[in-house]
Amino acid sequence: MSIHATKELQAYWKENLFYIAVLLSIWFVVSYVCGILIANQLDAYTIGGFPLGFWFANQGSLVTFVVLIWVYVWLLDRLDIKYDVQQD
Amino acid sequence: MSILLWTWIITGASFALYIYIAYASRAKTTGDFYVAEKAVPPFMNGMATGADWMSAASFISMAGLISFLGRDGSYYLMGWTGGYVLLAMLFGPYLRKYGKFTIPQFIGDRYYSNTARVIALVCAIFVSFTYVAGQMRGVGVVFSRFMDVGINTGVIIGMALVFFYATLGGMKGITYTQVAQYVVLITAYLIPAIFVSLQFTGNPVPQIGYGSAVTAEGAALLNDPSTQGRYLLDILNSIHKDLGFPAYTSGQRPMIDVFFITFSLMIGTAGLPHILIRFFTVPKMRDARSSAGWALIFIALLYTTAPAVAVFARTNFIKTVNNVEYVNAPSWFKNWEKTGLVGWKDKNGDGIMQIRPGKWDDPKSANEVKIDQDIMVLASPEIAKLPNWTVGLIGAGGLAAALSTAAGLLLVISAAISHDLMKGIVKPDMSEKAELWWARGGAGVAVVIAGLFGIYPPGFVAQVVAFAFGLAAASFFPAILMGIFNKKMNKEGAVAGMIVGIVFTAGYIWWFKYGDPASNTPAGWWLGISPEGIGTVGAALNFVTSYVVSKFTAAPSAEIQDLVGSLRYPGKLEVPAASSH
Repeated sequence: MSIHATKELQAYWKENLFYIAVLLSIWFVVSYVCGILIANQLDAYTIGGFPLGFWFANQGSLVTFVVLIWVYVWLLDRLDIKYDVQQD
Repeated sequence: MSILLWTWIITGASFALYIYIAYASRAKTTGDFYVAEKAVPPFMNGMATGADWMSAASFISMAGLISFLGRDGSYYLMGWTGGYVLLAMLFGPYLRKYGKFTIPQFIGDRYYSNTARVIALVCAIFVSFTYVAGQMRGVGVVFSRFMDVGINTGVIIGMALVFFYATLGGMKGITYTQVAQYVVLITAYLIPAIFVSLQFTGNPVPQIGYGSAVTAEGAALLNDPSTQGRYLLDILNSIHKDLGFPAYTSGQRPMIDVFFITFSLMIGTAGLPHILIRFFTVPKMRDARSSAGWALIFIALLYTTAPAVAVFARTNFIKTVNNVEYVNAPSWFKNWEKTGLVGWKDKNGDGIMQIRPGKWDDPKSANEVKIDQDIMVLASPEIAKLPNWTVGLIGAGGLAAALSTAAGLLLVISAAISHDLMKGIVKPDMSEKAELWWARGGAGVAVVIAGLFGIYPPGFVAQVVAFAFGLAAASFFPAILMGIFNKKMNKEGAVAGMIVGIVFTAGYIWWFKYGDPASNTPAGWWLGISPEGIGTVGAALNFVTSYVVSKFTAAPSAEIQDLVGSLRYPGKLEVPAASSH
């Protein structure tokens, strides 16, 4: 059986791609930008005893990764309901 | 009770548990054997993925490695976790919708090509063997350090155990054993870390503790009352300065290299077959997303603790060993000296141990103390003066980490042989029963080969983790990504891209490890990118080659484009039943 995706399903896919693009931008900023590219500049600031750039590289990016996945899980659950494509 | 007895009791009990679980969840069908009947709950799959992922090296060596690298060590922390974001959003759910058994099978179906399937299966076998050799060695090493048996005996015990549950249980048995192994390994890792953090900073959360100020009790442990009330990282930075090391929280490696290594590790993670197949085992697409979320929580628990262990251990090590007369060395130092993980050579004949930059066996360096990276985790319970059973737990945890990763890798090898090579290409009319025998046999043979690698470690093993990640990054990552997100990507493009990516990456690594090892320095590297980071470039070349070739060759058939379309929507579109070959 092979049916072509309807307009509605294409819209579902577009919204999904938009979410992915936004979340992966954040993924890139916390790790590659804050943890590597501008880490030395951020180290001028501290949180507790952590220089900020060091903290992003050691802890902050990892914690953000976890949050990003769960936000995506939540967004796509809503999207599945909106387009009525839940799997039984 | 002695440390040795505790280690035997805890390890023995954990092994009995693994054997029981494997027997209770033994596989009866190929569906059981390859994908655990797609019935693993996401929470469980997350734990199994965590154990699958965290190897002997993550458990035993990583914290120590980071303690030497300072902030640069973060490329391991970010690189080996960031790939899960990619897995959750780009791969996991769509591979689950595809719903078959192996990664080479996906690549063969999507690119309607047995050539593509064969390239993928050779790559999967190569990457997995590279990785598994280190695991079996790790099992032997843990046995020899904690249980007073030879490394080879340890490897053989480990082989027997993995042989039993991998051939009997397949994916189903492996999954539920991995769940138990995750619990063992994370408990073993966290208990000493929590106590050390409490002792030094009064904060039970190590992730916060190592950025906190040292308490009176901590200052007493460091033999230096002046450290009380100061931030631990400040103390470590000033110790480093005094001894001539660069500040711990600063980066030394060229930024471009750190960037490329981190990226290569992330996309390599997302392209490793033993991680990807875990997403085949859950019931639905949305379960694939949430199991990536659970997996990363369970992995991050260890990966955020490791840098804390690194800082506590390094500060404590230097403070309690440096400038101390050897006769007054702490008792754990003398205990571990026997294993060769720490050592002292009195170069200036003053009877005092000096820690300085440089190698301890280099006569030109003022450094007199040998510190093996593994000591930071292995000796942490003793350094914190914890009861003997926690030391035994570390041994069981290291074994759990090594065995669980080994089992996952062996399954990839077994499935590549039985499902992709035998059933897929050599003998497509094989019965399910015959295929199951091939799968069990393949797993058995793979265990034996892996064990031989553990007993006779080939010289290349230590150096080739870069190979495993580089090849996964340069071959699987682009091929799967384009397979899902670009309907027009065709057979010619994918095959050409994989070949270019693999040849370039393998060639670059080979050149610096064997061709001309003397030039393996930042000045000798192309654009300052080390062999560890070159997978990023290999992947980029794969993308460009695939795109260009696909523009000049025929687009895939309508059926293939429908197959790709069907992967994108849960529920609505069925995955077309037959592929075109």
